[in-house]
Order: sequence, then C-alpha cells, then structure tokens
Amino acid sequence: MSTYSPKTTGSPGPTEETLDIRDLGFWLYLMTDAIIFSLLFATYVVMFQNTATGPLPIDVFDIKHVFAETMFLLFSSVTFGFASLASVREHKSQAVFWLIVTIVLGLGFISLEVIEFVGMIESGAGPQTSGFLTAFFTLVGTHGAHVSLGMIGIMVMIFQILIKGLTSPVKSRLHRLGMFWHFLDIVWIGIFSIVYMPGWLI
Amino acid sequence: MLGRLGFDSLPFYSAVAFSGASVTVLGGLVVFLLVTYFGKWRYFWNEWLTSLDHKRIGIMYIALALVMLVRGFVDALMMRSQQAIALNNDGYLAPEHFDQVFSSHGTIMIFFMAMPFLTGLINIVVPQQLGARDVAFPFMNSISLWLTASGAALVMVSLVIGKFSTAGWTGYPPYSGAEYSPGVGVDYWIWALLVSGVGSTMTGINFVVTIIKCRAPKMRLMQMPLFTWTTLCTSLLMSFAFPALTVVAAMLGLDRILGFHFFTNDAGGNMMNYANLIWIWGHPEVYILILPAFGVFSEVTATFSQKRLFGYRSLVYATAVITILSFTVWLHHFFTMGSSPNVNAVFGIATMIIAVPTGVKIFDWVFTMYKGRIIFHPAMLFTIGFLITFVLGGVSGVLLAIPPADFLMHNSTFLVAHFHNVLIPGAVFGYFAGFQYWFPKATGFTLDRAWGVRTFWFWIIGFYLAFMPLYALGFMGMSRRMERYEMAEWQPFLILAAVGALSVLIGIFCQGMQLYVSIRDREKNKDITGDPYNARTLEWQTSSPPAEYNFAKVPDVQDIDAFWDMKQRGVAYAPAQDYEDIHLPRNTGIGVFLGGLGFLIGFAVTWYIWWLVALGFLGVLACLITRSSQDHTYEIIPAAEIEAHEKARIKALEAHKPTPGDFWS
Repeated sequence: MSTYSPKTTGSPGPTEETLDIRDLGFWLYLMTDAIIFSLLFATYVVMFQNTATGPLPIDVFDIKHVFAETMFLLFSSVTFGFASLASVREHKSQAVFWLIVTIVLGLGFISLEVIEFVGMIESGAGPQTSGFLTAFFTLVGTHGAHVSLGMIGIMVMIFQILIKGLTSPVKSRLHRLGMFWHFLDIVWIGIFSIVYMPGWLI
Repeated sequence: MLGRLGFDSLPFYSAVAFSGASVTVLGGLVVFLLVTYFGKWRYFWNEWLTSLDHKRIGIMYIALALVMLVRGFVDALMMRSQQAIALNNDGYLAPEHFDQVFSSHGTIMIFFMAMPFLTGLINIVVPQQLGARDVAFPFMNSISLWLTASGAALVMVSLVIGKFSTAGWTGYPPYSGAEYSPGVGVDYWIWALLVSGVGSTMTGINFVVTIIKCRAPKMRLMQMPLFTWTTLCTSLLMSFAFPALTVVAAMLGLDRILGFHFFTNDAGGNMMNYANLIWIWGHPEVYILILPAFGVFSEVTATFSQKRLFGYRSLVYATAVITILSFTVWLHHFFTMGSSPNVNAVFGIATMIIAVPTGVKIFDWVFTMYKGRIIFHPAMLFTIGFLITFVLGGVSGVLLAIPPADFLMHNSTFLVAHFHNVLIPGAVFGYFAGFQYWFPKATGFTLDRAWGVRTFWFWIIGFYLAFMPLYALGFMGMSRRMERYEMAEWQPFLILAAVGALSVLIGIFCQGMQLYVSIRDREKNKDITGDPYNARTLEWQTSSPPAEYNFAKVPDVQDIDAFWDMKQRGVAYAPAQDYEDIHLPRNTGIGVFLGGLGFLIGFAVTWYIWWLVALGFLGVLACLITRSSQDHTYEIIPAAEIEAHEKARIKALEAHKPTPGDFWS
C-alpha cells in the first residue's frame, strides 16, 4: 500500500452527485426492507389459520381502534409531506413545525398500537398463544419498531435543522427520511388490507 | 447479572474441546502480544482498522477469510479422521461434539470463509475495473467488514465459552428449537448469521450502486469487465436474498427466546415455512458464492490465453439468466419433504435449466483458450482444474435435480460429494485463482510461482481423493453426518477420503509457504509496472499497489478490454497535463465500534445478559446519530501532491522500460 498522507486543506461537504448516489442506495435499502416485510406478510398468510387453542382473528381485532391508528399514520405522512415542501422552499421554522406535528401523530399511532398489544396480551392473546398470533405480533411489531426508529430519525433531523439550518446535506437526509416514512405508510396499508380487514370480515 | 454465563461454560469437560479452545485463545494472545511488542497498534488502528479505502478493506476481508479457512479446514480434518476410524467404535469425538464440528464447518466455510473472500476480491478489484476512485458508500463498506468480522468472532468465541450449534449449518427446526436444543449453541449460530448477514446486505447495496453510478463516464454497461458484471449480479442477489436470512434467523431466535410459535411442533407452528424461508436465501447464496468466481475465471482465462474473451455478450447474458433462475429453484433442497409430484417436477425442471447458461459459460472459457497462447500461471491452473472438475459436480447436480433420484440419494454422502464438487472448484478455486492473479495488484509484489503450482496440485488431488469416495459411499447407502458406523465395506473409502483431506492440508501448507517466500523476496519480485501479465482490464493501469485515489485521471474507456485498447493506442501511460484535487473519504473508527457492538449484542443475547443487550443497542444508536450528523467526511488530496506522485511513477516506468508481460520474461 502506498504510504500516502493527504493533507486536509479544507473540509468539503458532499456534492450534488454524491447526494444523488445516496438516494439510489436508499431506494435499494427500502427494497431490502420491503423484502423483509413481504416475507413477514407471506408468513402471516401461511399461519393466520393456525390459531391452535387460541382466539380467532375476529375475536381480537377491533376495527375502530385500527381505523384510528390508520388515520394517525396516514395524516403523519401528509404532515411529513408539508415538512418536505417547507424544506424545499427554505422555510426552516415551518419545516420544524410540521416535523413536530408528524412526531405527535406518530406517537399517537404508536400509543394506540401499544394499547392494542397490551390489551391482547392481557386477554391471553399474546404472541406465545398460537402460530397466528406469533405471525401477527411479529409483522405488526416490526412495522411499529420501524415507525419508532423513524421518529428518532425525525427528532435527529429537527435538531440538525435547528443547529445546521437547511443545508444541502441536511435537506438530502430529510428527503431520505421522508422516503422511509412514506414507505412505512405503504406497509401499513398492506397490514390493514391483509391482516385487519380479512380478519374482521371473515 | 451474567445471565446463563457461568464457570461451567468453559470447556473443561472434554480434552478435545479444551485443546480447541486453547489454540483459539493462544492464537489470539500471540497476535495481541506480537502487535504490542512491535508497537504497531497505532499503525493498525490508523492505517487499517479505521480505513475506508476499499483496497485495504478488501485485504482485511481476505485476511479474515484465510484465517477462517484454516479454522473450517481443521473441522473438516476432524470429521474425516473420525469417520476413518469409527468403524464399530466411538472414535475420538463424542457424538455431540461431532455434531458441533460439522455445524461449524458448514457455517464457517459459507459465511466466514467464502463470503469474506469474495467480498474482499470484489472490494480490491471492482472500483479499479470501473475506473472509479472508491465505492459509493465507503463508510458502509467499513461497517460491512466489521459486522462480518464480529459474526466470525462469535463463532470463534463459541469454541471457548459455551458450545456451538449441533443443528447443522442450516439449523432446521424443530431440532434447533428451544425444546430440543436448549443450550447456547443455536443462539451463537443465529447471531453470527444475523450480524454478518446485515453486513452482506449492505455490501450488496453498496456494490450495486457503485457499479451503476461510479463507472468511468464513458464506460457503457456492455463494456464492463466480466468480473464487474458477475459482481453486479452477485450484489443484486445479496440485496434480494439476505433479507430472507435475516427474517428466518430472527424468527428462530424469537421462537427460542420469547417462546413464539413460528416453527414449533405445537400451538400452530409451521416448520415447513422455515425450510422455504431459509432456502429462498440459501439457493441464491450458492450463486452469490459462485458468480464472482466465474468472473475471476473469465478475467484469468482471457489474460493467460492472451486473447480477448470469447463470447462476452453470451457470458453477460448467461450470468444474468443464472441470477434470475437462482430464485426459482429453492424447493429442490427439500424434494422429500412432502410437496406434490407436480410441484417437485416444476422445481426439478427449473433446476436443470440452470445447467444451460452454466454450460454456455464453460464453452465460452474453453473457446477463449482455443488457439490462445496459454500461460500456466497458478491462477490459470486453478481455472483449468475448475473447468474439468466443476463439470462433474454440475452433472451430479442435474442428476439430483430429478426428484425420484433425489429421493434415493438425499441426505447421503452423495449429496455431500455433490455440493463440495460444485463449491470447491466453482467457488474456492475461483477465489484462489483471484488471489494468485490480483495479489501483485493489492500488495505491489508477485507471488512465488513454484509454491503456487504445488498448492494447486495438492488441492486438486486432495479434492478428488476426498470426495470421489463419498459419491460411491452415497450409492452404498451411507448417510451424511455419521459419527460411527457398522459397515466394514465403507471404511476403505473413508480412509481414502481422509488421505485426500491430508493432501489438502499439504496444499494449505503450500499456500502458507507461498505467502512466506513471496513476502521474504518481495524486493526481488516487485511489480514496478503495475501490469505484470500484460493484462486487459483497467485495474492493471494503476500502480501496484494503487495510489489511494486509484486513478489520477479518469480513464478514457473505448473498448471492453479498456486497458488493452489503451495500450494499443499508446495512451495507457500518457502523462496528464492538468491534475485536479481529489476528494477521498476520511478514516473513521465508527465502523469498528459498530462491529464491536454487533458482537456484544450477539454475545449478550446468546447468554441472556439483557442489560448488556440494551446497552449495545443504545451504543449502535449513538454511533448512527453521530455519523449521520457529520457533514465533512471527506478530505482533499491537493493536485500538486498528485502530480508529484504521478510524475514519480512515470519516471519509474521509463527507467524500467515496461515490456508486455514483464513478469514472464
């Protein structure tokens, strides 16, 4: 290896080109995550009839509760969109405001999910009860864990906007976090249509 | 406080286990003391461990692979010697210990020998073949390396603290579930896979983006060298397939630790789902291992036949077809597990179809050699050895793809012989060929030829002696993974196989000697031109070893054999008029920390030390937030410095008067 010792004469940030490259990388990451979710979906579809001695889907799903959860998450996607628009227009305080609203809605979603999970576990429908509930808790819980991580990301971005301002690296990070957040929305629509709706209808 | 970790976790219960642990601990200690004695910790930390330079990361990957090759081979030697003597007696390995040995052999060879070896070659070579200065995500590259290393470390630690899995390298439930395997072994296995699997997913993403986005501006996709093409396909497979491994390992972990019912016998578990999920990863994994080796063979055949590669387009298309088909055949790993004849037939036919593009490749390589002036460099010997041996393995694979035949031979040593017959020539010989071929590029001096030739002969003879008897034994009805047997007529074959393993041992010794002799004589074997074989692709245009920035000027690509074409036009070494500042990623220790935390989390979950798990995840979060808040992760190499460096190189070249194929004159 060459014993090369480059001297730093400045500290350049990433260029537009490297940000473009990061976007493609993030799309690929989302694809790998989509594979994780699709396998969890497939597992759920394979196992949702394996209720053993435990309850059936219709016994444990409360469609009104789930509808409220869905509204929280869908509107959080809208508010994240407002934050993205504000960042494009360089409105720093507006961007921060909409991100805070997004976190509040996200917290609403997670709280409802935790209430649902705790209620199920207390009524004897925990993940250890049957194959159906194992698959249910893993799929929905993995989504919930993603949303929680996303909220930590939003908090980090709020601090970055406040401290660094809407610089191009910060904007590009916000852009990718937005992709992540909307992706979770799409996954949730899948959960609603494949897990809750059939469980409630059948 | 320490979960289920206690004094009885140490291997004082068996002499064999204790000596294994001692060798591991002593080996680690010797390395630690040597580095301390020579006062090299600062050097290793600054120049290597924290480096984001793809070439150094590649070298570290290969160093890891070679260490793990020795460990995995010791396991193989133990199995062969046990089976050679265990006719009507217990041999020297207790059944449970024998089970650990075959489980760790498979796990290590796939995840911690083959994967790091191919990733290392890709890292060193692909950016240079593209005319690029680095990979798309240098920091993520460092994380991938350290996650792979920490997975390997988990397997190694299981030798000393606790035991490894006895459930085979695929860990089928219900046996691998908590009910039948209550110890820590399967947990070690799960976490070694989870941690290193995340690393491999990131490697896949990294190289897809690198190849799509970082090529020299003029290089079209259909001008990329074959090794880069196979890397692109392997990277796509990694990013598509490894998430399945993550999912299935996590599910098994949930079953074991939290009492979930994914794969249990009772409460509505579905263990067939495990077989499907692991092979949805597992079959593409075979091609993840083999495609890069196919790339190496393509480069080596063209260079050492001194001809342009025959059928470039057909090779590219064959690679792409294999990539797609590899996702359509996973069920052939469990024909006997109850699918209907029609389902089995579909997967059997799909499996046989893969032989078609593979056959195309074999013919392309043979036609490249046809009428070429072949130079028998060790890399070329491995390639020719591959061509002949791999066809045998492929044919036995087509045989196994017929479901009724598979019913007879599944779980027998015939199967063991088959997959070693594809993976040793198909993957390992490819990595060895790549190692022999690109060694001067990575280090600046060539490998000793005589020891290379000896390595090849001992490996290939050892391979045939070790695995041909297993084909016969499979027909004679011997199941795989037997630690003792009563059939006297099996023993001669098993002794022959053990002799084969000894021959491979000598082969590995020769590899060690080759490294020793070459490093000793490195001044004599210096590669001054950077192009010791009069080769064809862009990585040979850089100096050996390359400058940190690879190319001072982005190369002007006009042909598939871009560098060959530049040599013909007389512009290969043309000095540039205007040099520009180059941005390169600055070193960071965060990758090392993340790897360490990955190890800590895996170890803590294995032993139920929950506070440490929480601490580990907090550490990961802290590392990621820190890194994501850094804007200035690059540093500049000023144009003047590059100009000085490049002029010095051109001067050296002129003094040396490079002649084509310098190495061989």
